Amino acid sequence: MTEQATGAHHPQPRARSAAQAAQPVTEHVTGAQSLIRSLEEVGADTVFGIPGGAILPAYDPMFDSKRVRHILVRHEQGAGHAATGYAQATGKVGVCMATSGPGATNLVTPIADAHMDSVPLVAITGQVSSKSIGTDAFQEADICGITMPITKHNFLVTRAEDIPHTIAEAFHIASTGRPGPVLVDIAKDALQAQTVFSWPPQTDLPGYRPVTKPHAKQIREAAKLIVQAKRPVLYVGGGVLKARATEELRILAELTGAPVTTTLMALGAFPDSHPQHVGMPGMHGSVSAVTALQKADLLIALGARFDDRVTGKVDTFAPYAKIVHADVDPAEIGKIRAADVPIVGDAREVIADLIVAVQAEHEAGQRGDYADWWAQIDSWRKTYPLGYDLPDDGSLSPQQVIERIGQLAPPNTIYAAGVGQHQMWASQYINYEKPYTWLNSGGAGTMGYAVPAAMGAKAGMPDTTVWAIDGDGCFQMTNQELVTCALNNIPIKVAIINNGALGMVRQWQTLFYNERYSNTVLHSGPTAEGKQPNLGTRTPDFVKLAEAMGCVGIRCEDPADLDSVIEKANSINDRTVVVDFICHEDAMVWPMVAAGTSNDEVMAARGVRPDFGDMDD
Amino acid sequence: MSKHTLSVLVENKPGVLARITALFSRRGFNIDSLAVGTTEHPEISRITIVVNVLEELPLEQVTKQLNKLINVLKIVELEPSAAVQRELVLVKVRADNETRSQITEIVSLFRAKTVDVSPEAVTIEATGGAEKLEALLRMLEPFGIKELVQSGTIAIGRGARSITDRSLRALDRSA
Repeated sequence: MTEQATGAHHPQPRARSAAQAAQPVTEHVTGAQSLIRSLEEVGADTVFGIPGGAILPAYDPMFDSKRVRHILVRHEQGAGHAATGYAQATGKVGVCMATSGPGATNLVTPIADAHMDSVPLVAITGQVSSKSIGTDAFQEADICGITMPITKHNFLVTRAEDIPHTIAEAFHIASTGRPGPVLVDIAKDALQAQTVFSWPPQTDLPGYRPVTKPHAKQIREAAKLIVQAKRPVLYVGGGVLKARATEELRILAELTGAPVTTTLMALGAFPDSHPQHVGMPGMHGSVSAVTALQKADLLIALGARFDDRVTGKVDTFAPYAKIVHADVDPAEIGKIRAADVPIVGDAREVIADLIVAVQAEHEAGQRGDYADWWAQIDSWRKTYPLGYDLPDDGSLSPQQVIERIGQLAPPNTIYAAGVGQHQMWASQYINYEKPYTWLNSGGAGTMGYAVPAAMGAKAGMPDTTVWAIDGDGCFQMTNQELVTCALNNIPIKVAIINNGALGMVRQWQTLFYNERYSNTVLHSGPTAEGKQPNLGTRTPDFVKLAEAMGCVGIRCEDPADLDSVIEKANSINDRTVVVDFICHEDAMVWPMVAAGTSNDEVMAARGVRPDFGDMDD
Repeated sequence: MSKHTLSVLVENKPGVLARITALFSRRGFNIDSLAVGTTEHPEISRITIVVNVLEELPLEQVTKQLNKLINVLKIVELEPSAAVQRELVLVKVRADNETRSQITEIVSLFRAKTVDVSPEAVTIEATGGAEKLEALLRMLEPFGIKELVQSGTIAIGRGARSITDRSLRALDRSA
């Protein structure tokens, strides 16, 4: 019963926990029933998916389950991103389900997305009957082979008796260590076969033992560096959110008095309004955060991976800084930048231990003095705050739209962004005070993430307001899930920042391709008479589209209507609302570090290079 | 460039080899040689990989990435000085009545074996380190090599210790 399809021997099977082991349950069922029972037992309360031939047996017992809510999406990609949004918002494992072949391959993008952003996700796919595997059977695809490089692990199950322990193992792998997506591909005959369901199953993962407890010596070394540093920065990544370590982070930050920068994946891990928060680093980070990293003499990287969008040109990144690098994934440490103090461990345990170690240093009379450092940072903050100009033709400013949405939304609102300019503005002009309120596709940069991810978040957090901040390009990739929202009582709010263009690509064309706007225009272009069209994408008509999909559609073109439109959207809580904000197409995201250049070349605005005075040698 | 020999203990399950080789290619590392086989534990396979890397850091990255694979149990780098490394080569050499005795002399010099003889060719089996086998092939080349097949390197540490000594549960994955 615990043996894999391969007949591998299991030396010391172990139960997942003693408490569960106390009351084993045994039932005579089909493989499909054991799958649903397993999902119930691991606590999967919501599954996003679409049935099809090979997974069909699983949908019969799903119909009867009182504990698993299945949400029928309109495209498997939507199921995957919804499961990701659900996981990001709730902290639980997101689950999506699809049939074999094209159903499974449609999950590839969200799985890759979840892999890049370390999201705990379990994807369950039907596979053709085990006897047909390898024969190019109808709707056959080697989804385990296809997803091998984009999953934390995957399983092909060909025997009914392997289903429960594989599901238990999949959830365990997805949610522990560095979280990530796990795919379970189940052959149709395994779903149809008779078996015995027993829970808890005996799982066997001899090669999987994530290290969570940091090394005490390394912690002491890190604490010493922190109190000795003159210009430290806490460089906080998404791992702090994954480890649910935001309370600990706040204590550590206030204990040390060091500046904190939260990456795109970590927004909300430390309150934006906190005086020690210096902003987001990276390509479109604040001048103060980018420069603080460049001038620092110590970076304490917590659950961050020195992504190229943060470091810019790696050779010139933080040239004066010693590096303390803490990550639960040992392979991240030293991958991009050598660490002076490497710490392998769960961010929560690392930070908790650092707090104790820094306190010990303080008690021994060792305390960092960062007064001069703060004076410098404050001058950068004061001189180069985030900001934008309003368009002079009286049209809507996209930054202002996003800023007002953030200001008028109820507290604890969750924001899900697509990818591009609107994503960067949403990261800059909305204040994130609480963790798990900012969902976006950071590593993969998946356009079309926002609507399904917002749907997943709302399904998991039905009492919380969820705003999708989307672009007109992104929105056209996955808006079919608005139907899912309308039919399943998942009332999200969608702001389309409609500038009629693939805005971020257009911005690069403006800056680096002599304003040659090759294939970034989403509207119809000038008429035969040379008359410029209205601003924004008008085909499709997003208001009518929203209405056609059972949602409320509102258009906003005049800055004078901005607040009233947002307030109207906020007041509708029984239906999904789509607001089409027609914005100026020339707005750009600033500050910016051009790709491949040094963070020292950060531009506060077009043609405006900050002056860092005497430290800029 | 420097060559490193990694002994990788993995669960004996289908698809594990594909996971390992795919990891090398997607992380941009080249496998010099590869040998896979069973061990004294039927549930464990041992993969010997020789990898060519530019510096020390990338090798560490390879082993760390390998360690992340769920089916990988343990990775040990075998230093050439502290390990026995062997390859097997089977080579079919053109031979006639005139050259056959010269060839068999070379074979005995290298402590190789003649495993098949026909009027036009002899087939030779040889084991050894890469350098010895290269030297043998250099000597045989003038006679005309008709066919050659070579195994990947296998390697085992010198001394009494075994890398599979400790139980599966006690495996140290932080190595």
